[in-house]
Amino acid sequence: MTQGEIVAGCLAPHPPHLVYAENPPQNEPVAEGGWEQLRWGYERLRDSLKDVEYDAIVLLSPHWQTYVGTHFLGLPNFKSLSVDPVFPNLFRYHYDLNIDVDLTSKIHDKAAEAGLAVKMMENPDFRVDYGTITTGHMFNPAWDKPLVVISSNRSRDYYSVEVMQEMMIELGKVTREAILESGKKVVVIASNSLSHRHFTTESAIPEDMSKEHITSHAMHLWDMRMINYFRTGQAQRILDEMPEFTEQAIAESDGGGLSWLLSTLDTPSYPATLHGYGTIIGTGNAIVEWPERDHKEAKQ
Amino acid sequence: MTEGSIVGSFIVPVHPHTVLAPEQNEGWQRLRDAFDEAAQRIKDADADLLIIYSTTWPSIIGHQIQADPNPEWVMVDNDFHDLGSIPYSFNIDADFAHAWNEANEKRGLKSRTVNYTGFPIDVGSVVALKLLNPDNAIPAVIVSSNVYANRSETTVLAKSCLDVIKATGRKAVAITAMSLSNRMFTAPIDPKDDRIHSLKDDEWNRKILEFLGEGRMEDVGQLSRTIHKQIRVQKVVAFKPMWWLSGMNDNRNNLSGEVLAYEAIHGAGGAVVHLDPTPSGAGDKEYDEDDVEFYSGERNVLDAEEEQELIEEAKKPTSGGPELWEPTTGEHSVNSEAAPKPVGMYPHARKVGDLLYLSGVGPRQPGTNAIPGGPICDENGKALDYDIKAQTKAVVDNITRILEEAGGSIEDVLDVTSFLVDMDRDFSGYNEVWAETLGKVGPTRTTLAIRALPTPIAVEMKVIAKAPPTE
Ligand SMILES: [Fe+2]
Repeated sequence: MTQGEIVAGCLAPHPPHLVYAENPPQNEPVAEGGWEQLRWGYERLRDSLKDVEYDAIVLLSPHWQTYVGTHFLGLPNFKSLSVDPVFPNLFRYHYDLNIDVDLTSKIHDKAAEAGLAVKMMENPDFRVDYGTITTGHMFNPAWDKPLVVISSNRSRDYYSVEVMQEMMIELGKVTREAILESGKKVVVIASNSLSHRHFTTESAIPEDMSKEHITSHAMHLWDMRMINYFRTGQAQRILDEMPEFTEQAIAESDGGGLSWLLSTLDTPSYPATLHGYGTIIGTGNAIVEWPERDHKEAKQ
Repeated sequence: MTEGSIVGSFIVPVHPHTVLAPEQNEGWQRLRDAFDEAAQRIKDADADLLIIYSTTWPSIIGHQIQADPNPEWVMVDNDFHDLGSIPYSFNIDADFAHAWNEANEKRGLKSRTVNYTGFPIDVGSVVALKLLNPDNAIPAVIVSSNVYANRSETTVLAKSCLDVIKATGRKAVAITAMSLSNRMFTAPIDPKDDRIHSLKDDEWNRKILEFLGEGRMEDVGQLSRTIHKQIRVQKVVAFKPMWWLSGMNDNRNNLSGEVLAYEAIHGAGGAVVHLDPTPSGAGDKEYDEDDVEFYSGERNVLDAEEEQELIEEAKKPTSGGPELWEPTTGEHSVNSEAAPKPVGMYPHARKVGDLLYLSGVGPRQPGTNAIPGGPICDENGKALDYDIKAQTKAVVDNITRILEEAGGSIEDVLDVTSFLVDMDRDFSGYNEVWAETLGKVGPTRTTLAIRALPTPIAVEMKVIAKAPPTE
């Protein structure tokens, strides 16, 4: 069998505001636009991959929060209505998505072998979290590729950023191995924001862009510092500074997605492409692509 | 119409085991039996409204109140999906929800109602309503738990709810869906092996339940922050539901409490507690936090000082600590470049008559501000291992420097008051260094244990010395 391949790794955040602002038929509420910089960033990301062949998307979302290990969606199809419990006014989305159960099982089994606590989610009534749905939609609105969906183990809450990161680096390694052994071409996605301090009020029209900005200068500095590391191929530095970044920027990297992504990409030293950056109710969001397909030498 | 009131309060656990699998573990079954008993008591109290504050429904924009008169769906837990699904169809008092929302706004809170088909009602609320209101006979309302809210906001949320209860003549039951200690096992377990995650969690849970059993609701509320630090996974801001429940009971401390069950659910502490408003005749308040009537506007997401600190840290991660001051100068002040900078507006020493009074001296090094033997905790307050002997030695060295600057020497020390933050751990090491240094000089000495010092140090000394002769 041919060796599998990671064609790209992406940081692709999931604020439901982006889906809301786009008015896709699957989402009920209607907006007058908003957050164009980020939505166009997603457009550039989709564009960058439109001629790239791949078989599946492997995604880790911080909104399927599990405390008892790492879980995987384990049935071939999930179809339901996703209502965001925090922003139900913006996000009520009818989804119908397919799971690559075969690749899921491979990652699950390897993670179990590596000593991580893992569990397959095989309850057909389970509702997929809105983070997965939002990133899934923004990345691939046609939903024509099967997904592997990995939960966010809240080990940061139970232990520390350091312990979380150790576990996520391990999970990244086995994710990579399983993908390479599967013979499949895959895009891996971490669905998280960068700095994550929200405003605690919402304007009368949520898409009122005159109200949108980063919550504080400190958050901006941290976001730019991280983005510079992305752009200059310094993944190891990101991992090194993850504890300070996660704590001081209250970053959504606390869910482990970014650490897992960089580990799955084998801590890339080539530059990533920044497709977009913007704030959403004060939180910092970057859309970033690591074009691993162009750097085969990096992963032999 | 008679004025409405709270006819009872309950604390109930959040995980789905009591609904889906009580038979798998004797403790889960006892919790389930306690739920059933609570349901009976609610019926007997003739309640006409159930109000649920759920810790498993977080919100960001103020508080959210469920206002769909008949929310229906199937709930599956994020972690315990293999236990099965819980279909639900609830009876929500939408009028009350809207009235509460308005009352919140009147008291300065951000608030909104939610009424959307398919809204995912959280596991804590689903479990509570399924078991406490099995036939949907009593209408209910559910409120979220704001992730940024602190005590005043949570207390005012209760007061605005009481406003509506009183005005509408309701006989309401207040319910918090919550764990006590909330640390679960991080891997799957055999149900028969379930137990509270640690002895420490168990001890704290029992302490809380002892208070609740005595009806000391407000005491538990005011201990919330401590409880949160001790036995709660640090994701949410505090052990908030106790603030809300105490607010719902007029911040009283003399309720009649009864613990109906206390058991482990996958390691977390689950309890069913009944708090009856009948005065128990006991319990004065031991704590005295402010009472708050109105919420005064927007939380400062970051106040100016915190913001500045974060900017500095974003530029270059560095250690924190209190601001350092230049020592104050005055007629009788004695200051030394060779001693560490003060942490407030005071001199290093002050000469009065024949005596020299030194401000408290710690081990921090002049110039670098480093702590020999290491700090007792990091910037996040996490305890670190440190060397008390090295710290004590550094204190004595600093005292020596200050006295020499004043023209005297360590031999002039007459009386010392020592402060230790951890007497049990540190007394012997401190005593050893003392014997080798000041012990040989021979001053009188008093040693006290105190809770904290302003910098992360373990020892400080307050010294009175003979003043050196003035030239
Ligand atoms: Fe998020």
